[in-house]
Amino acid sequence: MQRFIKAFGGPTVLIQIAIIAAILMVLLPATTEIFRLNLFGKYLTYAFVAVGLVLCWGYGGILSLGQGVFFGLGGYCMAMFLKLEASTPEATKIQTTPGIPDFMDWNQITELPWFWEPFHSFAFTVFAVVAVPAFFAWLIGYAMFKRRVGGVYFAIITQAIAVILTILIVGQQGYTGGINGITDLRTLLGWDIRTDGAKYLLYYACCVALLLCLLVGNFIINSRFGRLLIAMRDQEDRVRFSGYDVANMKVFVFVMASVFAAIGGAFFTLQVGFMSPTFIGAVASIEMVVFCAVGGRLSIVGAACGAFIVSWAKTSLSDSFPQIWPVVMGALFIGVVMFFPRGLAGLVSDYGSKLMPGRKSQSKPSTDKPDTASRSSAGATPQEQA
Amino acid sequence: MGDFTAQELTAIFVMQGFSGLSLFCVFLLMALGLAIIFGQMGVINMAHGEFLTLGAYITYLVSYQAAEWGATALTWYFPVAIVAAFIGTFALGYLVERFMIRYLYNRPLDTLLATWGLGLILQQVFRSVFGPREKTVTMPDWLLGSYRATDMIDIPLNGLFILVITLVLTLALFALLYRSRWGIKVRATTQNRSMANAAGINTDRVDRLTFALGCGIAGVAGAAFTTIASTGPTTGSLYIVDTFLVVVFGGAASLLGTVVSAFGIAQSQSILSFFWSGSMAKVFTLLTVVVILMLRPQGLFASKVRR
Repeated sequence: MQRFIKAFGGPTVLIQIAIIAAILMVLLPATTEIFRLNLFGKYLTYAFVAVGLVLCWGYGGILSLGQGVFFGLGGYCMAMFLKLEASTPEATKIQTTPGIPDFMDWNQITELPWFWEPFHSFAFTVFAVVAVPAFFAWLIGYAMFKRRVGGVYFAIITQAIAVILTILIVGQQGYTGGINGITDLRTLLGWDIRTDGAKYLLYYACCVALLLCLLVGNFIINSRFGRLLIAMRDQEDRVRFSGYDVANMKVFVFVMASVFAAIGGAFFTLQVGFMSPTFIGAVASIEMVVFCAVGGRLSIVGAACGAFIVSWAKTSLSDSFPQIWPVVMGALFIGVVMFFPRGLAGLVSDYGSKLMPGRKSQSKPSTDKPDTASRSSAGATPQEQA
Repeated sequence: MGDFTAQELTAIFVMQGFSGLSLFCVFLLMALGLAIIFGQMGVINMAHGEFLTLGAYITYLVSYQAAEWGATALTWYFPVAIVAAFIGTFALGYLVERFMIRYLYNRPLDTLLATWGLGLILQQVFRSVFGPREKTVTMPDWLLGSYRATDMIDIPLNGLFILVITLVLTLALFALLYRSRWGIKVRATTQNRSMANAAGINTDRVDRLTFALGCGIAGVAGAAFTTIASTGPTTGSLYIVDTFLVVVFGGAASLLGTVVSAFGIAQSQSILSFFWSGSMAKVFTLLTVVVILMLRPQGLFASKVRR
């Protein structure tokens, strides 16, 4: 039992996750009506992305400005399945070609394109939600990390990929639904996802999946591999000369991050009921990085909370004060980067250790670190000697 | 392409090529500033597009003032506007370096995020001050109209003008970097920072001036930009991703590479967009660049730089 607890980062982390579970699965459903709960479910899907970013950016030192790509790919895979299910020949009999999604009919396409065919199968869709983004992440990661491209270059190229994919989806309206995305999704395996009951169930499913992701994420960063990641982030060459294949480690952690993002995307589609290229582009992708940075790039639980809080703040602020939100967001970004590189989680753990000095040794190694968060300066101190 | 005669095809290529040249000018003007900042300090300035927008708005203000003073002022306001745009953006860049970038030098990924936040704030400031609608400057008479080379080829004068500005600015930057004492300091800092420090160069000062200069160039780019398009709060950010690719594709710290890659990317986008849709041309071009960068991460013209 002791070893089991330790594998997930010690009792503090497990208690934090348990608190989150209680808030998400008991407190929120009991106190909010279903419309708000559905919104909360939407914010939670960003938490998946944030967890992935902690692994790949906070621990791996790889800043990806293209997480929206994977979020979107996961979401689109799910949306394609739901759209095909909604486009039965009976439901679409007023179209020129019944049985294909409505936007294809509007764009004079008379046959289902080949890459849509497999999405008739639910099993394939579930597989594709994870496999398609993972494959792309592997391709990008393998091509770049094997050639030792990293840092700023990687960030720029992933951002460019996000832009390219957005332009492609918007441009190929007949195949992808264009700027509106894939809308008007109704049922999942014959079960209407727009009813309140379905929304509750999907919310709970999303919570469970997120809690699992939190556990998996904490398991990874507390494993030997997690320690290697930190070492790689701070002293890449030393790890390489010790005989580890740094490129493979980076590819793995990048693929993990993309899979988390994709699962979030799939839940996004299920709960919100549509998917559009806005969630893929450069702005959406960089906002996901804000979520992670605000919550704390070194704390899985912190980043998940950050995603939830920031996107909640975004919705409420941009509704009531549309002029102020961008300024708040920008200031948040500068402030977090310059003054609190460890985000909310860092603040909390600093306060915690002040109030309870004895507990400091129990908290995760990650929160006790000096602020050498992104690997860069050759002078970064080796962290893992303790 | 069977339905075009050879003559028509030539005309298409010349005209598309020329509209590609205008795009090339915007890319290059933006990329020059970005390239010297990135090349020297390894800092990616995500707010660079907003510096261009600021330059464009300053030009708009100058032209607005000139229109009130009458026709003579309107004819000759442009040089004043360029200088004003340069000074405004240079000053802002100087302040940004002094109060923000300076503290983040050994964290390049964090500079990227912080400058993005700055860009967001600037965009909102523009929106509050100038309104969300796009602003168009009143153009002097000598920039209107076009030059007819042949029956089928029509070259707009403002396109020629921005080309001239780009060429002058590029040459001036070359001269500054390769023919002046300050340029020697910059190149020394770029190539080996600690050695340059040891040789008595105040690299902090060089950094600050380089950053401000890069922003100033973006301001001039904004002034030039007003002659070919109108300015909105998000104008600069539309080009920022392409410009990053231009800089990285050209090879960091290589001005020549920046020029060549700006030309290549702009031309292929412009010429392809005649035969395909605009979006597919852009996708194809950017994708090619990304794939080339994956195969050759150091870019077209790699320079030896000690990191």
